[in-house]
Amino acid sequence: MKHLLSVDDLGGRAGIESMLDLTDSFLEVTQRDIPKVPALRGKTVVSLFYENSTRTRLSFETAAKRLSADTMTFSVSTSSVNKGESLLDTVQTIDAMGVDAIVVRHSAAGAPHRVASWSSARVINAGDGCHEHPTQALLDAFTLRRHRGPSLDGCRIAIVGDVRHSRVARSDVIAFHALGCELTLVGPPTLMPERLDGWPVAVTSDLDEVLPDVDVVYLLRIQRERIGQALFPSLREYAARWGLSAERAARCKPDTLVMHPGPMNRGIEISGEVADSARSLVAEQVANGVAVRMAVLWSLLGSGGPFV
Amino acid sequence: MSHGEVLVQGGRVLDAAGDRLADVRVVDGLIAEVGAGLTPTLGATVLDAHGCVVAPGLVDIQVHFREPGREDSETIETGSRAAALGGCTAVVCMPNTDPPIDDAAVVQSVLDRARAVGLCDVHPAGCITKGRRGEELAPIGELYDLGVRVFTDDGDCVADALVMRHAFEYAAALPGAVLAQHAEDPALVRDGHMHEGAWSARLGIPGRPAEAESTIVARDLQLARLTGGRYHVLHLSCAASAALVRAAKADGVRVTAECTPQHLVLTDESCAHFDPAFKMNPPLREPADVDALRAALLDGTIDAIATDHAPHTAESKDVPFEEAPPGMLGVETALAVVLTTLVEPGILTLAQAVGALSWRPARVVGLDAAGHGGPIVAGRAANLCVIDPAHTWSVDAARLASKSRNSPWDGWKLTGKVRHTLYHGRPTVRDSEPTR
Repeated sequence: MKHLLSVDDLGGRAGIESMLDLTDSFLEVTQRDIPKVPALRGKTVVSLFYENSTRTRLSFETAAKRLSADTMTFSVSTSSVNKGESLLDTVQTIDAMGVDAIVVRHSAAGAPHRVASWSSARVINAGDGCHEHPTQALLDAFTLRRHRGPSLDGCRIAIVGDVRHSRVARSDVIAFHALGCELTLVGPPTLMPERLDGWPVAVTSDLDEVLPDVDVVYLLRIQRERIGQALFPSLREYAARWGLSAERAARCKPDTLVMHPGPMNRGIEISGEVADSARSLVAEQVANGVAVRMAVLWSLLGSGGPFV
Repeated sequence: MSHGEVLVQGGRVLDAAGDRLADVRVVDGLIAEVGAGLTPTLGATVLDAHGCVVAPGLVDIQVHFREPGREDSETIETGSRAAALGGCTAVVCMPNTDPPIDDAAVVQSVLDRARAVGLCDVHPAGCITKGRRGEELAPIGELYDLGVRVFTDDGDCVADALVMRHAFEYAAALPGAVLAQHAEDPALVRDGHMHEGAWSARLGIPGRPAEAESTIVARDLQLARLTGGRYHVLHLSCAASAALVRAAKADGVRVTAECTPQHLVLTDESCAHFDPAFKMNPPLREPADVDALRAALLDGTIDAIATDHAPHTAESKDVPFEEAPPGMLGVETALAVVLTTLVEPGILTLAQAVGALSWRPARVVGLDAAGHGGPIVAGRAANLCVIDPAHTWSVDAARLASKSRNSPWDGWKLTGKVRHTLYHGRPTVRDSEPTR
């Protein structure tokens, strides 16, 4: 793997599983008294974020630091991008400094692919437009595997919400399907992808119909701007039909788990009560993000030997 | 313009009437004689055409030469040179310049510049509406008086049905005028960057549905019928539009249509690697659309192949896909792409291909009356293109004559090349090199 631009780059089930296995080892590192190894000493990782992000950027930077890599942050609000510098020039500038990996978040689908074509560094996609967010899919799969593993074969997952505009959903569908899960997309038809040729999923707009059968309810963040685009009428109507309220959650099996990539809109796609309940893996997803990103950075930049 | 005698020797002459082995003698810009075994007079320029097809010069009825306003991406000179290398003796350039061609002075400046360059006819299309804003009619009559026959807001669609209706009614008073539509409903394509289909859904790129085109085509065909106006569909790209045009033609509506080489060959899958070279409006569509366009070209529903040659600077294309401007180069490669992808596999005959690139588009815009598109007979203007159908070459975008490099065909190995182009008897291309 030269770059991680899409979950497809991991190489199917075997590749994903070996990354999750590697994550197990790094999770152990993060639980030590001194959660740091010298594995990437001398390597430089740049985070290049063209969209606001707190958790993903901090998670990557923490992961890099725990591997002893040097980190640099290029955040758009303080950079020469405000002076009109193009993405190409920015990447060439960063490249000229001799960095080893660039972690890219951008509002345009495929921007990390462009960066990869312009740079000699390894490129990690930290979210590109509505396309993909592969490390999110890895941490979701890792988190779920710790509860339902080691095999996720036959695990029934409902992905609920704005799939059309969700990079998390696109990466999750590829990863969960590769791991043997059975997927159902749930939401208003206006928020489903316009075409689903080749998607290994079932689709319904009726959340109540699927809840009693699923092992996992994966809720996507809903964005208010979709109302202005005439995609659904109101947050109230959305919450009433597709929000996971406590009453709805009670119709799930006792061991059904709830996931969300964050940040949550409490009271809209998920009620606060459900988010804080024993079913919820939300906090654990965030916690596992660091170990997953350590595994990815190590896979791309490491020597291939033991990292201790 | 006296250029003495040019003898095109040893080729197979091909025009709408058929083909025959013959030499073509050109004297002072006109075809003087077509026949076997002609001998050059003393001092004549002899152009070797053995193994070649001698066709009427090609006529590309949709190019963007960017002058005035974006001379950093193309000029009338660089565009004309690219056109000549592609075998063209006439082009129609789109009015989405800066300022737009909605004013007689701009028309005159384009005509003057093209005449000074002198590598091919450059006929400006005029805007349908002032400033291409889709609101008030541009001075269609004034532009017509300067020779403009094609009116379009290309780049943008005339979205307002009443404005389009009035444009049809107004232009009906101007014989030979045609309204050419960039048929994409701006509301349905808002924020879209590629064809809406399985690939856009997979890639997370907002889509431009085929229905954005076909709904406008359906509306405009109704308006053309209502008003008796002449309608031309620019870069028709989807199966549904082809079916609508076919039915309208059968019904007597005055409609013509063109499609581009890229829409006849490439599909939306080309966007899978996020390369902005493959971004254009209307977007590259699905295999079923490609098949439908080919069928429509064969049965005459589609009248012409035009390139929508749309140069963009490297700076503007070296950005993420969604941020790049739409459009690709085409005028220099169109013939070779068509010969390689459609003629060689037997989908089109050579005569069908050349017809779609020459005499049929010439008729759509009335340039047959200006000496373009043949026939190759004594007395006609010597606008000719000598094609070597066996010449194989590789496209190197960096070596194209265009000022820009945004060719989706970069690296393609093509069969068929223009050997010579004669524009009013003067070689603009000789042995596949521009004469100036």
